[in-house]
Order: sequence, then structure tokens, then C-alpha cells
Amino acid sequence: MSLDAKTVTRIARLARIGLQPGEVETLGQDMGSIIDWVEQLKEVDVMGVDPMIGTGLAKPRLREDRVTDGDCRDKVLANAPEREGPFFTVPKVVE
Amino acid sequence: MSYRITGSTGEWEIVVGLEVHAQVVSEAKLFSGASAEYGGEPNTHVSLVDAGFPGMLPVLNQECVAQAVRTGLGLEAEINLFSRFDRKNYFYADLPTGYQISQFAHPIIGKGKVLVDLADGSTREIGVTRLHLEQDAGKSIHDQDPTRSFIDLNRAGVALMEIVSEPDIRSPEEAGAYLRKLRQILRYIGTCDGNMEEGSMRADVNVSVRKPGETDYRTRCEIKNVNSIRFVMMAIEVEAQRQIEVWEAGGTVDQETRLFDHVRSETRSLRSKEDAHDYRYFPDPDLLPLVIEQSWVDELKTALPELPEAKRARLEAEYGVSRYESSVLCVEQATADFYETVARGADARLAANWMLGDFFAALNRTGRSIEDSPVSAEGLRELLGLISNSTINGKIAKEVLEDMVETGDSASAIVERKGLRQVTDTGAIESAIRDILAANTDKVDEYKSGKDKLFGFFVGQTMKAMKGKGNPALVNETLKKLLSE
Repeated sequence: MSLDAKTVTRIARLARIGLQPGEVETLGQDMGSIIDWVEQLKEVDVMGVDPMIGTGLAKPRLREDRVTDGDCRDKVLANAPEREGPFFTVPKVVE
Repeated sequence: MSYRITGSTGEWEIVVGLEVHAQVVSEAKLFSGASAEYGGEPNTHVSLVDAGFPGMLPVLNQECVAQAVRTGLGLEAEINLFSRFDRKNYFYADLPTGYQISQFAHPIIGKGKVLVDLADGSTREIGVTRLHLEQDAGKSIHDQDPTRSFIDLNRAGVALMEIVSEPDIRSPEEAGAYLRKLRQILRYIGTCDGNMEEGSMRADVNVSVRKPGETDYRTRCEIKNVNSIRFVMMAIEVEAQRQIEVWEAGGTVDQETRLFDHVRSETRSLRSKEDAHDYRYFPDPDLLPLVIEQSWVDELKTALPELPEAKRARLEAEYGVSRYESSVLCVEQATADFYETVARGADARLAANWMLGDFFAALNRTGRSIEDSPVSAEGLRELLGLISNSTINGKIAKEVLEDMVETGDSASAIVERKGLRQVTDTGAIESAIRDILAANTDKVDEYKSGKDKLFGFFVGQTMKAMKGKGNPALVNETLKKLLSE
């Protein structure tokens, strides 16, 4: 199957990816075949099987509630495309 | 009495559910070791994890989990020993990773409840659907530059509890009472400071309307990020009004996110419809599911402080105060503690009376809080002791309290310094009264011919002559005796 143009455009917009008009159809076919391939899983009968949530039953490591990090503004801002004093700056966001 | 709004086609009922975002009290953030403290120089409470640098991994803060469990216990809610973190995907400049780590399918806390008190004295139970842990976003500042927004990530990654209520709320008053009660519980347990000005408690308000008797809900709108209880109540009113007008004009309400503008007292559509929420949640592959032990939950439960409902019931039983008095005294833990310190070793009813009256008035007048009260609990207790053992009368005690606030001196020191000890010498009282009666023979005659109300005049004159220090009971008694001679 192929994903329709509307769905492809919507997914691209949610992911903030700009598409050229010609790309919509190609991508629709590509994504469609990925979905088809994954759909094979539907052939397996999983009635009564709990969803698998991980490979091990390890518990997550938890951290103590202590301040051990931060205070590294120069590092944090080092790769900012644009900054102003202590802030990152971005094109104005208007609600 | 049910709350109803009257439209052109008759009465309408409102249906409200609240999503409260409460900032967790903790030292460090939910998944990083950066400080969670409010304020700070821009972008200093930020680690590379919070800034979304490649390869950085979140590590869950155990205390934030404990805080969520404590809150769940305070809401008498189900504690889920298994919960999981999901990514909620959206793009915004103050969300560096492009997703918020939240709990979607498996929240840590399930169904609970909040009991709210209404003005007419009735109590209602508002259901809590769930509570989950999630990260706060950073802050965008839009007013510093004409073409750019400034981003401060100090808040990015701070732990929030999102507390979702059932659509059980039926009036603006109930919404306000629910928020106040929730804040009180959070503050008692110490899991959120409840400071709405600093944004540590914010509410999203879901509103719909329907005709009384309808059993299904109509389409709701969500009003985002309302930051005071008063605004929540106002927003519900104006949004309900707007929806009623839409329905009555033959239209339909669209499910959408709206913004409350308190200056113009209206709600506005916030996001275009095609941008409707599509967060594409999926389990965060960086985090293992969270599994906690029942024994740990039990430990946390044992260590919980006394909660507002229990404290109030105990104050009523132990000290004989009224329900109204106990509810005022229990609004803040510190006030209840202060009261108990005063009431132990004093007349407990008198203590409640004085705290709700002259003592709170003194705090208001001086702009002080119970924590930095100009008069200590021990000081107030001493003052009340002087009333109870008849050293001073109630009227003089008010004057002494003012002096205590002013000078910080103890009640007994002030009584001695100013010579305010009450006169219980019947001879002195009798002689003062005889002088008053002799100077007002006309009024004495009027009184005797039936003008009973003049009794108060004689009491007043006597007290004035005695500079307020006469023992009121003795003055009354002696006056009655001499007037009937």
C-alpha cells in the first residue's frame, strides 16, 4: 500500500520536515512499504501474551536528590546558533 | 443548590475537570542533577541533559518519585507499583529535546479523591483520575526584542506532578474549593509549595455545558495555563457562557485549546484546528519501567504528617472548637501548630476566639505571617492566662496585645508597667459606682421608672471612671445591687 498525500504531508509537518511536491508521492510509497513489512507481525497470535516492555527485568538506577550538575552556562550555550547575553535566542514565537 | 446558567433556551449545567501542574519540591531536577530551585541567573540551573545534548541520558530522581507517592497517599489514591515513562513529542523553542518525558499509559498514581467544603457548609467529593510525573519546559521571553524570543532553560526538566480530576466539578465555586483543598494537601505533605505567583501550581481547565438531566457530556474546550484560583473561576464562567451562546445559536462547540484573557474577560482559540494535538506518545527507550516496592510505599505512608481533614477533626474533638474555627486554623499547618501551642495550657476555646479575632487582625495590620508573628505562641498563651485568672479583663487584654505587638514585651510586664491589673476590690468598685449614680440622679430616676437600657450607660461610665480596669462581673453585680436600693 501507499500512504495518501494528506497523511504524508501531515506527518512531515508534525516532524517539521519541509517536502518538495515530488517527494510526497515517493515518501508515501516508501512509508507504505515499511508499514506493510511491519504488518507481518499481525500474523502472530499474541492473545493472552503480555506486552513485552523490555528485555531484562532490571530496575532503573535512581539518583539521589542532590545538586550535582548545572552551573555550566558557557558549555550549554556553546553550540547555540544564536544567543544574546545569557539567553538562547530564536525567531520570535508568537502565540 | 445546583449552579445553573440561564440562557435564552433555559437553564444550563456546567461540567468542569481540572488538570493541575504542581511543581515537585526537590533539590534537583527529575532526570538530572541540576538545581530545581526557582529563579537563578538565566541558564545556570541547566545540565547538558536538560539542554538536550546528544548522548545525554536521563536518570530518575528517587525523591521526586517519593514525593509523587506521598501526594498519592494524601489523595487516598491507588499507588501503582509499576509505572512507565513515555515521550510526548512536540516542537517548541523552550523544549530542547523535542519531547517531554511524561507518563501516559502507566501513571504512578491512579484513582483518588479530594473532599471540598462549600460555602453552604456542605462537602463534595471530587474524583482524581490520576497523577503522573513529567518534566517542565523552559521559559520563553517574548518582550525583550522585536524579532526574537529569548530562552531560559532553568525550569526545563524540573519535576511536575500533573494531577487530573474527574469531570465532577459543577460550579466555579467548586473549582475554587477543589484547588484550595488540593493546594492545602500538597503544602501539608510538603510535595509542592503551591505558590501560584511563581507558577509552581498552574491549571488547565476543561469546560463543557449541557442541559440539566442530560447524561452524556458535550464537547469540551481546554483553557490552558491559568495561574490563579480567581482566574480559574472567572475563566469557567466566561467559557461556559460562550459555549451556551454557540449552542443556542444553533452551532456546535469545537474541541480546542483556548487561552483566558483576564483583562478582556474572554477566552480565545489558541491553536489552529489542523494543529490539533498529535503527540505521538511512545515509551521512552532511555528509561526502564519504574518498579517500586509496597514496603517502601508503606514506609512513606507511616512518615506522612497529619493531613488537613484529620487535623481538623482532632482539633474539634480535643479542644472543643467549632467546625468553622477548626477549618480556619487548619488552612496552614503553621497556624494549627501555633494554635495548639497556645491552647495547651490555656482556655482552648478562648484561644481559638483570640486567634481568629484580635491576633489575626494584628498580623494583618502589621503585614506579618504566622511564621514571623510579632507575638509568640507562648506570649499569647500568657496573655490568655491573665484573662482566665482574672488579672485583667478582656477589654484591657486587647490593649495589652497591641502593646505586645508594638514593644515585644511580655503580657505580664505590660500589665505591671501600665498598672492594668483589674480591680476586684468590691469596696473600690462600689465607691466608683456611687459617684457615678450621684452625678446622674436624673438617669437613675429614668432607669427606675423602667428605662432598663440605661444599665449599659452606667456600666460604661463606671468602667470609664475606673480606666477600664474594673472586673466586669463585679461591676455588673454591684451596679444591680446599688440601683435596686
